[in-house]
Amino acid sequence: MTDGQGNNPTGRLSLHVPEPEVRPGGKPDFSNVTIPKAGSVRRPEVDEHPEAMRDLAFSIIRVLDREGEAVGPWAGSLTNEELMEGLRHMMLLRAFDSRMLMAQRQGKTSFYMQHLGEEAVSCAFRKALLPGDMNFPTYRQAGLLIAGGYPMVDMMNEIYSNDADPLKGRQLPVLYSSKEYGFFTISGNLATQYIQAVGWAMASAIKNDTKIAAGWIGDGATAESDFHAALVFASTYRAPVILNVVNNQWAISTFQGIARGGSGTFAARGLGFGLPSLRVDGNDYLAVHAVAKWAAERARRNIGPTLIEYVTYRVGAHSTSDDPSAYRPKEESEAWPLGDPVIRLKNHLIRIGAWSEERHKQMEAEIRDTVVAAQKEAEKHGTLHSGGRPSMRDMFEGVYAEMPPHLKRQRQQAGV
Amino acid sequence: MPRMTMIEAIRSAMDVSMERDGDVVVFGEDVGYFGGVFRGTQGLQQKYGKTRCFDVPINESGIVGAAIGMAAYGLKPCVEIQFADYMYPAYDQLTQEAARLRYRSNGDFTCPVTIRMPTGGGIFGGQTHSQSPEALFTHVCGLQVVVPSNPYDAKGLLISSIENPDPVIFLEPKRLYNGPFDGHHDKPVTSWAAHPLGEVPAEHYTVPLGKAVVRRPGSAVTVLAYGTMVHVAEATAEETGIDAEVIDLRTLLPLDLETIVQSVKKTGRCMVVHEATLTSGFGAELAALVQEHCFYHLEAPIVRVAGWDTPYPHAQEWDYFPGPARVGRALREMMEA
Repeated sequence: MTDGQGNNPTGRLSLHVPEPEVRPGGKPDFSNVTIPKAGSVRRPEVDEHPEAMRDLAFSIIRVLDREGEAVGPWAGSLTNEELMEGLRHMMLLRAFDSRMLMAQRQGKTSFYMQHLGEEAVSCAFRKALLPGDMNFPTYRQAGLLIAGGYPMVDMMNEIYSNDADPLKGRQLPVLYSSKEYGFFTISGNLATQYIQAVGWAMASAIKNDTKIAAGWIGDGATAESDFHAALVFASTYRAPVILNVVNNQWAISTFQGIARGGSGTFAARGLGFGLPSLRVDGNDYLAVHAVAKWAAERARRNIGPTLIEYVTYRVGAHSTSDDPSAYRPKEESEAWPLGDPVIRLKNHLIRIGAWSEERHKQMEAEIRDTVVAAQKEAEKHGTLHSGGRPSMRDMFEGVYAEMPPHLKRQRQQAGV
Repeated sequence: MPRMTMIEAIRSAMDVSMERDGDVVVFGEDVGYFGGVFRGTQGLQQKYGKTRCFDVPINESGIVGAAIGMAAYGLKPCVEIQFADYMYPAYDQLTQEAARLRYRSNGDFTCPVTIRMPTGGGIFGGQTHSQSPEALFTHVCGLQVVVPSNPYDAKGLLISSIENPDPVIFLEPKRLYNGPFDGHHDKPVTSWAAHPLGEVPAEHYTVPLGKAVVRRPGSAVTVLAYGTMVHVAEATAEETGIDAEVIDLRTLLPLDLETIVQSVKKTGRCMVVHEATLTSGFGAELAALVQEHCFYHLEAPIVRVAGWDTPYPHAQEWDYFPGPARVGRALREMMEA
């Protein structure tokens, strides 16, 4: 057993199993998370050699300071109007989550996954893309749809698996798909989409097209082999892809140290592949957008892929199927040092004189009405257990372009 | 008409497809510059350039995952897994991704990918270069599974696979690449040069998926086979003098049940022969279907002759392989039943 000095006098081995700093009942402690001052991290040129920017994998790019000022070399990527729109998107997503979470509790659907605390990541990222680009998301990037203008009613129809569900009731709630809105069909298993994003980007390059792809993954799923596959393919072929890692600290009940191991950061995973690897404050709308835009430019200029780690915190449960108080202190989210993305952007807009508490309240009310109206509209088409639902015949369709004889026989047996 | 070996016919199928359609891309381990460990892609990189035929990192999940992304973009990737035995790391991508994109996105995204992989034994490849995993694919809804037995079919079926709008697993019996091997491993190797199905048009043609063919008409018993076992079954029929009707399934999924049922109703007996392990093998599915559809025409129990339920051994390769001796013995026993 190893003593404090790194010696192993008995010669006996022992297994190291990492533990989070604190468990339920303990006092939340983020003293190990080093938060650099906003504006302190440099902004390299997009064509700087990846080896020369390894430092960015170990810091955190931040734009909004404690007073709500946008500072440093990453500031200034958005106009005031765009920032107000961004605030609206995040608030819409939060309100949408809140209504759908309630709908799940009311038994209107089987399952839900919310974004609480992580709204800036997908909402701000979406604004750095152009029409035709493609996201390969996980289940916690619905901000890509909200900020992309996808109809909220269709999202609800999917969640309810009702007769207007664009996916005909075949998928779990929140596993949306929309090619038109640059949102690849969500799988539900983990990490598979990451290498698919790289393949899609390679195809764009093979065809000498102009479109880029973005892969999404959580901190826990970076342990999957497909994460490695994506990084090695992206690196080898310099694919025009942005590889996003959303580090929200928790993979269901498993703290991020289990997937990260001895590596200092998730961003550092990219360094061995020669990828520029940036860490960014995931609760800072401006920083997320600035870094995403930088990576998108790098991809569009055919320079190659970028890995981005968003440092954030999952305030809610993983899904409606787990209770976080069983594995982490209840007060932990309040102790999270990077704050709340909605409040931070709101404070910034007030600070620069573009916003007020009163206008914020008005927008909150207007958003609530919008979401409630969408929900009413969706519920006209039914919820999971009542009203309209996709037909049994639909179940047999779409397995293949053309239905093979054995499936026709089974459909006949089923009496549809 | 030109004569081709099966590997040449497969290469010709990719060549013709790449020539006709700029969206067809080919990649895999050692596939680019070198042209594949079995030479299946020889010359394609030189002809079509490095961005349409290229080498990849050794990562099967990466190969299939990237192909899925490319297919979602609009390309038609035809990728090689160096041996079917290496496909397991890609199984998640094949079964939960490629097979389901169309269904889960309600047709928003589709996956026209062809995955080629050499299958079966007979080359002293040991347990990791000899497996026949076809049943692991036929069990997956959304996939199609093809196993050619000769050069003519291989080319026509591969072109059909590449042009198909959904994913196809294309299993190439590696022992057939250079000749119609009938299981007599101790006899001199025969080549495709003298075989009628070694005549292969140089140009584009297709053999449709989902259509079996009667290789040897007969009246005593129906033998269902695919890949290498078609030749074993044909040889065994000749050697035993038992008038077996040998059906080459060619496509396992979708299956040509009609041709099977028609034959079994005529002969009243059915034997299934495959190289893959017996338990839960594709033969079990075939036996179930035959009894469901032909029960009152059967004069004897359906018999399966297959690889033993052991890993594919090295030294005992020919004790493991269901060759003419085992198939012949089973045929004779069946005729006495």
